[in-house]
Amino acid sequence: MKTNARRWQMGSLLLYGAVALSALLFIIPIVLVLSASFTDENTLTLHGYALIPEKFSLQAYRYILKDAGQLFLSYKVTILVTVAGTLLSLLTTALLAYPLSRRVFGMRSGITFFVLFTMLFNGGLVPTYIWVSNYLQLKNTFAVLVLMGLLSPFYVFVMRTFFKAIPESIIESAYMEGAGEWTIFARIILPLSTPALATIALFTSLNYWNDWLTTLLYIDQSNKISLQYLLVMMMSNIQAASSNPNGTLGADFPAETARMAMAVLSIAPIACIFLFFQRFFVQGLTVGAVKE
Amino acid sequence: MGNSFKKKWRKNGTLLGMTLPGILYIFLFSYVPMLGLVIAFKNYNYASGIWNSPWVGFKNFDFLFATQDAWRITSNTLFLNFLFIFFGTVSAIAFAILLNEIRIKAFNKIVQSTMLLPYLLSWVIVGYFVYALLTSNGLVNRIFALVGAEPIEWYTEPTYWPAILTLTAVWKMVGYNSIIYLASILGIHPEYYEAAVIDGANKFQQIRFITLPLIAPIVTIMVLLSIGRIFYADFGLFYNVTRNVGMLYPTTDVIDTYVFRMLRSVGDIGMASAAGFYQAVVGFVLVILANYTIKKKR
Repeated sequence: MKTNARRWQMGSLLLYGAVALSALLFIIPIVLVLSASFTDENTLTLHGYALIPEKFSLQAYRYILKDAGQLFLSYKVTILVTVAGTLLSLLTTALLAYPLSRRVFGMRSGITFFVLFTMLFNGGLVPTYIWVSNYLQLKNTFAVLVLMGLLSPFYVFVMRTFFKAIPESIIESAYMEGAGEWTIFARIILPLSTPALATIALFTSLNYWNDWLTTLLYIDQSNKISLQYLLVMMMSNIQAASSNPNGTLGADFPAETARMAMAVLSIAPIACIFLFFQRFFVQGLTVGAVKE
Repeated sequence: MGNSFKKKWRKNGTLLGMTLPGILYIFLFSYVPMLGLVIAFKNYNYASGIWNSPWVGFKNFDFLFATQDAWRITSNTLFLNFLFIFFGTVSAIAFAILLNEIRIKAFNKIVQSTMLLPYLLSWVIVGYFVYALLTSNGLVNRIFALVGAEPIEWYTEPTYWPAILTLTAVWKMVGYNSIIYLASILGIHPEYYEAAVIDGANKFQQIRFITLPLIAPIVTIMVLLSIGRIFYADFGLFYNVTRNVGMLYPTTDVIDTYVFRMLRSVGDIGMASAAGFYQAVVGFVLVILANYTIKKKR
């Protein structure tokens, strides 16, 4: 009996140790970049990356704050696009999902298929790119940053599932009292679905915040470059600078520590939001993935 | 009768009105590009546009499949996605089982959050992480130096990249996938385990004979869904984590990066649209097959 208890203790010690160690693997890269951003530039160049700054320095952040024109501009673009995009996306998604949740809606199955089919088949990059840039003329507009990713069929169906859970009797009785569909939608459905709206808003804003591809494809004016694409540009300039050490190509761009600092500054808001809304994230993940 | 019909139509009409912005959006940004796939059969030029450029039949495909590229991007896409699915699934199940054994709630929560964090970051940021690890004086080479091994120039050696990309993809996605498997493990009725304990089953036997068989259906569905998407590569991963270094293309060039390069860097719209059409059609067939199999299994 005693040895059994001891064996059990050994086992759980091993379990907790193994899990804690593997959890470390998920934060080591973040610590590495964080540490690099607080390292003295020359030390980094000479000795390389380390998990603890070998020579602590705020040089990188000071440099960024002093000469941050493009960074602030890109922050502004990304915040603006994230806020506008999330609101517009939430509205369009809810407006499409609500009728699809109503059994009385005659065109329900037709429209459901119309939405569903886009999850199974899509035109891909080439026709989309040509259509959006040459026909819709959306190159170098704020609109394109908001429009690409405005509506995800997946979120439409997730939201429809949430709406379906609202008892039909509530809607019926409001209807009897003379409320129209719009009133029911705005006064009853939306307020009753705030947890769902919050979850989907969280994921949508994350997608807007992390979007770099739209800028890569459709933007080449510096006043509309998103934060994530600014980071992409800096990464390819590390490349240019290191393959061409005597060139002046890299001269205008901040040094390696400053780039790492910028990466840190772009992670920070996500990490903070995640800590506050963690519950919604985990809920949203399981609801969206398993249920239909 | 007529009155109630009118009422019904008015109700339906309002509901239809609500869907219009969404329908218009989906039409403009999904359906028109689908029709635009016809440019794969045309000699596209900007002046004539998508609809008026001259037809050339299968010429673009003849060019594409005459190159080594077609074979390379197909096999890379399939092989790398296979690695991601296999190692991703195995490690997600392993983590879910481990997390399920953790009884201290706070500990469990912290570990789950840590694992989920990479899922929320963009591939751009992950590209920075990998750079800090693998650049000439990155952490990995410094550790190599400590143990006396020769440093490796990772960004010029294509051989290592299937492993690096698999590690990176699994690292980013495993938190998400294990939460899904954990949810389904938590749904298993405790009675099964209680009965097993009475019969004298140890932990490993419980996992082998209760947990794994009972989560098998959800694992099958998740794997089938991934197999349905095996012809599509994650562009963000391949573009940012490899830093789009040309020397790595032999093992890292996939259909999505190839289409992008042909369209934007090379400017060969014939090649780009042929490869895109090839991906769209084969991808569609696989998605349908996967969904059909899932439906049949249910």
